[in-house]
Order: sequence, then C-alpha cells, then structure tokens
Amino acid sequence: MSAISIDTVLQVALSGLLMGLIYALVAAGLSLIFGLMDVVNFAHGELLMLAMYATFFLNLWFGLDPLILLPVVAAIMFALGVAIYRGLISRALGVQFNRGMVQIFVTFGLAIFIRGAAQLAFGGDFRSVGTSWLANRTADLHGIYVPLPQLAASAVCLVAFAGLFALGRTEFGRALQATREDRDAVALIGIDRDRIFAIGWGLGAAAVGVAGTMLVGFYYVSPNVGANFALIAYVTVALGGFGNLMGALVAGILIGEVEAVTAQVLEPSLKQVGMFAIYLVVLMVRPRGLFGKL
Amino acid sequence: MTNAITRRRRLELVVGAVVLAILAVLPLPIRDVYTQNLIILTILYAGLAQAWNILGGYCGQISLGHGLYFGIGAYVSTMLFVDAGISPLLGMFAAGAIASLVALLVGWPCFRLSGHYYAIATVVVGEIGHLLFLNWDFVGAATGLYVPFHGQSWMNLQFRTSKLPFHYLALVFAAATWIVAWVLEGSRWGYSWRAMRDDVIAARSLAVRVFPSKMAASAISGFFTGLGGAIFAQYVGYIDPDSVMAANISILIALPAVLGGVGTLWGPLIGAAILIPTSELTRSYLGGAGGVDLMIYGALIVGVALLRPAGLVSLLGARR
Repeated sequence: MSAISIDTVLQVALSGLLMGLIYALVAAGLSLIFGLMDVVNFAHGELLMLAMYATFFLNLWFGLDPLILLPVVAAIMFALGVAIYRGLISRALGVQFNRGMVQIFVTFGLAIFIRGAAQLAFGGDFRSVGTSWLANRTADLHGIYVPLPQLAASAVCLVAFAGLFALGRTEFGRALQATREDRDAVALIGIDRDRIFAIGWGLGAAAVGVAGTMLVGFYYVSPNVGANFALIAYVTVALGGFGNLMGALVAGILIGEVEAVTAQVLEPSLKQVGMFAIYLVVLMVRPRGLFGKL
Repeated sequence: MTNAITRRRRLELVVGAVVLAILAVLPLPIRDVYTQNLIILTILYAGLAQAWNILGGYCGQISLGHGLYFGIGAYVSTMLFVDAGISPLLGMFAAGAIASLVALLVGWPCFRLSGHYYAIATVVVGEIGHLLFLNWDFVGAATGLYVPFHGQSWMNLQFRTSKLPFHYLALVFAAATWIVAWVLEGSRWGYSWRAMRDDVIAARSLAVRVFPSKMAASAISGFFTGLGGAIFAQYVGYIDPDSVMAANISILIALPAVLGGVGTLWGPLIGAAILIPTSELTRSYLGGAGGVDLMIYGALIVGVALLRPAGLVSLLGARR
C-alpha cells in the first residue's frame, strides 16, 4: 500500500472543493425555484446545457472571454426562465387535479424537448471553448496544482452565492420569503404572486446560467451534458434540504469532496456511488436534508 | 352504492376480456416484422406501466427507480439461464421474486421520505444500481450479457422464426398485471392505498397501517416489473446496464401510466398505446433528422400533462 502524502490529501480536498462550489451553484437555482413554489424543475440540467452552448457560441462568434460573457448569458437565462414560467409552469400550477405529477412531467417533457432541439441545432458533437484567458493555465502552490478555470469558476460561484444571500435581505427578498411562507396571504398585502414566481424562475435559471458559463471553461458541452449535473443537483438539493440556500452550499461542497475522495480511494468510474451513498445515509437520519425543516 | 361499484367492476372485467380477445387476434394478419415488434413492445410496456401503477398510482408513491427492478429481473433470469441452465420460464419467476425482494429493501428506508424526497431517493437508488452493474465483472460489467441461442422452444423461451410466441408471452404478462390491479382495486389493500394517497393522516386515524401497505404495494409492483425485465431480456437476447437499468428505463416504465391516467385500470394501457408507437415511429422516420423525434416526444408529454392532467383515460369519460 502506497503512502498517501499530505500533498495528495490537499490536492484531493481542493479539487473536491472547486467542483463542489459549481455543484452548489447549480443546486442553488433548483433549490430557489423549489423553495418558492414547491416545483422540482426536471429540466434544470437542460438549462445548464443551454447556458453552456450560449457561452460557447458567443465566444466563437465574438471572441469574448467567458468571464465577460457572464452577465450576457445570465440575462439570457433569466429571460428564458421567466418565459418557461409564463408559458408552462404557471399553467401547471393552475391544474386542479394530480398537480404534483403534472409538475414533474411538464418539466420532464420540457427537458426532453430541449435536449432534442439542442441535438437538432448543434449536433451531437462534444465541444469546448476555444479562446479564453484562463484556458489550460495552472497555478502551482508548492506542488499543489490549481487549474485556473476551476479556480475562477468557484470564485464566481462564491460571488453568486453572496449575491443570492444579499438579495434575501432586500425588499424583493422579503416578498420572496413571504410568498414562500404563504402564497395566498401575500396577495392580500399587495404582492403580485405571479410576478414573484416569474422572477424566481428567472433567478433560478440565471444562477444555473452563471454555473454553465464558468463550467464551459473546463468541461465539454454536448446535448446530454445536463443529465449528469442535474442528478447531482437533485441529490445536492435533497441533501441540503429543499428550498434552503445555505443547505445547497454546504451540501454542494460535501458532495464535491465525497466525489473527489471516492475517485481517489476507489475508482474514478465509481466516484458517484460515494456521493449517492452519503446522501442516502444522511436522508435516513434527516429525512428532509441537513438544513430542512422537519 | 355497493351494487353500483360491483356492477362497474363486472363491466370492467367484460371490457378487459374483449380487449384481450382483440389483442390475441391482432397479430395474426400482420406479416410485417417491424409492426409485430412495435405491438409486442407496446403490450410489454402496458404491463410494466401497470406494475408501476400499483405503487405509483394506487399507492401514490412516485417511484422513478423502477428501472432497477426491471434490470435485476433481466439479469437474474439471464444469468440463471446462461450459468445454471435453468429455463427462463422458471427463471422469470425467480427474477420477479428477487426484484420484489430488492423493492422491499429499497422501500424499507425510502418510505420514511415523502413527496419529492421520495421521488429523488428512488432516482438515486436506481442510479447506484446502474453504476454498480456497470462496474461489476460478475454480471458482465459494461459489456453486458448475451443470451446464447439454445434452440427454439418454450423451455428456452427462444424463438427465431416467428415473433408470435413473444406476442402471447407479453400479452399474458400484461393481462396478469391488469387482473392483479383489478383484484387489488377491490381489495382491502386497494382501499388503504387510495386512502393514504389522498390523506395519510386521515387514513392513519382510520387504522390503515401505512408502512406495511406501502411495502405490500412495493413488493407486488417490483415482482411484476422484474418479471417484465426477464421477458424483455429473452426477447432482445442481449442486456447491458445502459439498456435495462439506466434512469431513462425508469421513466419509460412510469410515463405510460402517468400520461394514460395514474391509479386507473386503463391508464397504463392507453398511455402505452400512444407513447410507445409515437416514440418508435418518430425515431424510425425522423431519427435521421436528429432530435426532432425527441422534440415531438417531449412536446407530447408536456401537452398531455397540461391539457389532460387526469390522463388520457379522462377522454373516455370514465370514472377515474
């Protein structure tokens, strides 16, 4: 048995943290939407995929760095999120019968539709961003290697989280909170519930858009890229507790670390088994996740 | 009142017998192999969706991990046949029994969870199974298993010259799940399931034993899903984790029941009759255009879910 050096431990811990922050931001968008209106968006991975393609093509056409494209992609995704709410989700919320299943399968059908549209428009090829400042650059911290695109991505994720937490303290954030607590009562005090829901979807999509923009710096994009990240996002959100932002952050980092350690100790092909097992164990003890209200 | 219910249930049996008779003669004039295959798959999925419906519909536990039971059924009967020479005709019952056992093992911890937490836990359990089978050499890992041809007979459940035997096998399977659902609908469990699906606290106050009845639904549902997996393995002759255990199999099993009408006798059948041909035909005719098939399929799911939330069965004006 080979000795595990302290450098290896740090390397694994760091790469787990960097990936974990991306998972956390993807999960934050999902969690936001769920917390607000009790809808699990099964097309979340497809939104991530669309954001990655948007970044890829904007980069290809205009030669702009993904970091500069960040606000553009976030704005596009915000608009898309609002459109999805107005076009589909608001209708699904109005259904009288069988609502839970209708919501699951409306977003699920949307996911299949988007995946098909992406295959039609972009083909099945794997693509990655050509020009970027950070591409393939690595910082060397005394023998621990930090790929710069990942580092930048996690920094952006932290900033995005700070933004989401700050938003919670504004007037709008309180309206959001109130809508979450009691969606019927808020109508009585002059909050336009429909508008709050639409903005909630916009923000959720923008959050996953930011994650996608940064992800494309070091991850290939294809029409099916969303599926894998989506499953991890569901696990993260359920582990942290649905609708809890802090839960998404902590669970995201935990999932990233467990994945990195499993890949190191067992086999890379089994890296997801570790995180799924941790998730199931936690859910046995806390059925509503680490931070969920019981 | 009781009289009305009894009369309706008798009528359902009569309609069921008529449908069975139609499906029994349906393949006789068809010579086209593609169409025969399409009908067999549709009937098989109608049975699988009915098996899902027992847990997902009547009992209201939205499982998105039934691919695990399907896959385990496929693997158990195939390995018994390949390694021990046991006829799949027997092996498929072993497959169902083991899938049922696994469903109990999954249900035991997961039934503590509710709503979305339960649905996502079942996705994860299914995916763990998928990943483990992909890496498990004993079951052929990612390469999968071929079912070697041992000669055409019912003992081997292998037929090369005609698809007709598989048509009847699938039909017997689907009819069995339908009958079981019909019996359960009128049974004590059936009433318990519907009561706790609609209001678990009220049901508990009426002395419905929630956990044991969920476990019963899980075991029955898992048994028939595993049985279907074993039949599927014999039919296609080759299995690997991606084709029998991946997450999309779980969705394929649940979807006909959901779109046809959850918790109804006819929903899974109607859902399968619409979905499977749509999926197969768009793939064959539009597959070259890459993606259009998925777009149509996705739009169909969204459309039915929004316009007919109670499922396509509500078009018939039937009581749900």
